[in-house]
Amino acid sequence: MALLEIKQLHKRFGGLHAVTDVSFPVEAGQIKAVIGPNGAGKTTLFNMISGTFPATSGSVFFQGKELQGKKPYQVAALGMARTYQNIKMFSGMTALENVMVGCHVQSSAGFMASMFRMPWTWKEELAIRDRSMELLTLLEIEEHADTDASSLAFGQQRAVELARALAMDPTLLLLDEPAAGLNIYETAEVGRLITKIRDLGITVLLVEHDMSLVMDISDEIVVLCFGEKIAEGLPAAIQKDPEVIKIYLGED
Amino acid sequence: MKKLLLILPLLACVIAIQVVCSSTDTLYYLTQMTMSAYYSLLIIGLCVLMGYAGQISLGHAGFFAIGGYISAGLTTHSLIPFKDNALVQFLDSSGLLLAGQTLYGEELLVVSPGLACAVAIIAAAVIAVFIGIPVLKLKGHYLAMATLGFGIIIYRVVLAVEYFGEADGISEVPAFPLFAGLSVSGSFGDRVSNYYIAWGILLLGLILLLNLIDSRVGRGLRGIHGSEEAADAMGVHTARFKLQTFVLSAVFAAVAGVFLTHYNGGIGPSEAGVMKSVRYVAIVAVGGMANLWGALLMGVVLNFLSLRGVFGSYDDAVFGLILIVIMLFAPNGILSISFRHRLMQLFGKGKQKRDGEA
Repeated sequence: MALLEIKQLHKRFGGLHAVTDVSFPVEAGQIKAVIGPNGAGKTTLFNMISGTFPATSGSVFFQGKELQGKKPYQVAALGMARTYQNIKMFSGMTALENVMVGCHVQSSAGFMASMFRMPWTWKEELAIRDRSMELLTLLEIEEHADTDASSLAFGQQRAVELARALAMDPTLLLLDEPAAGLNIYETAEVGRLITKIRDLGITVLLVEHDMSLVMDISDEIVVLCFGEKIAEGLPAAIQKDPEVIKIYLGED
Repeated sequence: MKKLLLILPLLACVIAIQVVCSSTDTLYYLTQMTMSAYYSLLIIGLCVLMGYAGQISLGHAGFFAIGGYISAGLTTHSLIPFKDNALVQFLDSSGLLLAGQTLYGEELLVVSPGLACAVAIIAAAVIAVFIGIPVLKLKGHYLAMATLGFGIIIYRVVLAVEYFGEADGISEVPAFPLFAGLSVSGSFGDRVSNYYIAWGILLLGLILLLNLIDSRVGRGLRGIHGSEEAADAMGVHTARFKLQTFVLSAVFAAVAGVFLTHYNGGIGPSEAGVMKSVRYVAIVAVGGMANLWGALLMGVVLNFLSLRGVFGSYDDAVFGLILIVIMLFAPNGILSISFRHRLMQLFGKGKQKRDGEA
């Protein structure tokens, strides 16, 4: 079985079928992209996978476990991290602290242990700090560690957000439009970071508008249109697919 | 750790105030400083809930009252009529009851302050759990209104229930002996020791909360404040964290209620009033929301001024005004960087204009 197995996933908002019976696997170690025009149901699909809201029907298996009915924090604990199209930085916290929040599932100090600063929590705190600093270095933003995260440039916030997601030590990383709001240089930069992440052994599933980025880095592509899957395959094949060309360039 | 070292200058101030008051024969100031310390204990607890976890409560006077009233009720109402009850006999034989005499020489048997304190705090925590589970699902204005409703209920309950003394409240609350001869009481001889007891409890509470916000849990709470959705996706069990913080702040309020009631020797319904809750929220806001030191400082200063009667009949009006001014001009508190920046901007602009005129 694939790392992530999406089966007959369906979401209805009132009379609108946002996602209609979509199925596809995500194999471990690959970068898989979901593309499609606006309103194709890409973000809805992500929200169902990560537990933000439940599917109307269908199921998602992650490492063989059914995810439907699980809350986001439970999905996170299973090893799935995600980022957002409109970066959700924790304002009022430094870049480093933002990443440290990402270490939440990998640590365990509770209210009492934290208040009384039990000796074993010192070691945990130190480990969290070191690991977070390491990730900021990996994403090449360590010099902004102590800057208020919400005052960083958009591209740098993206990097902090990626570091924060990596701090969860995920098996699968969901990226919702990682190049949204970035210029072409920053987009290329993010593309490079994403391949760097894949090379660490983390499987990546991303939703993206930016074709150049998707074609450059993806191992496999799924195309959605009006909530339905219309194509799936290697980037080269997708580029030549008449159905895909039709929805992206229009009919002649 | 570095932040904790700031406790030392604070401790020095606390001692200096006592020394000055003792040597200038103005010990009466210590009475209000003691009361302010207890109110500030509630305020720093509320500060963690509001400023860090981002959940407002307009019902914290309710938790203060639950603590104070239960402790007062148990330590004043005689259990003589229930002398044959198995539970009363068990408590009596365990040394958890105190025998004494009323002012009129009648025999009296009451719950010991230690047990009453424990019952009061546990009651506040349990009530906080039951209120918190449904109410914390709400956000913003809705949460404010729901907690306000809770505060109103507690206020009307203490006004209506005979056990709680109705409009008169409960008086004749005995001293609360702690250890080593120390006891929480309002008698003149104990004024200095009570000043240190109150500040000792407040500083202990402050240290615990400073530890909390600078920890895994504290980062989770600040994350919830920043973006609840993202914190959830990071694996933070947001509902549980919010509830635990709510209960923690309710316990701080109840502890403050218990100790202040023993110190004052009584408690009245005004302590449960909605205006009290509004005042606590105003003080947390003026202290800078996510700023425990600011909340503590403002809690002590404003309560002290209020208790000294500086605001006269306009007491509540002053806190209402503070709330309006803070929300308008410095929603992050007057100790915040943005407010200082704004002040500098104002002065800076004035200067530029004058330069232009010249």
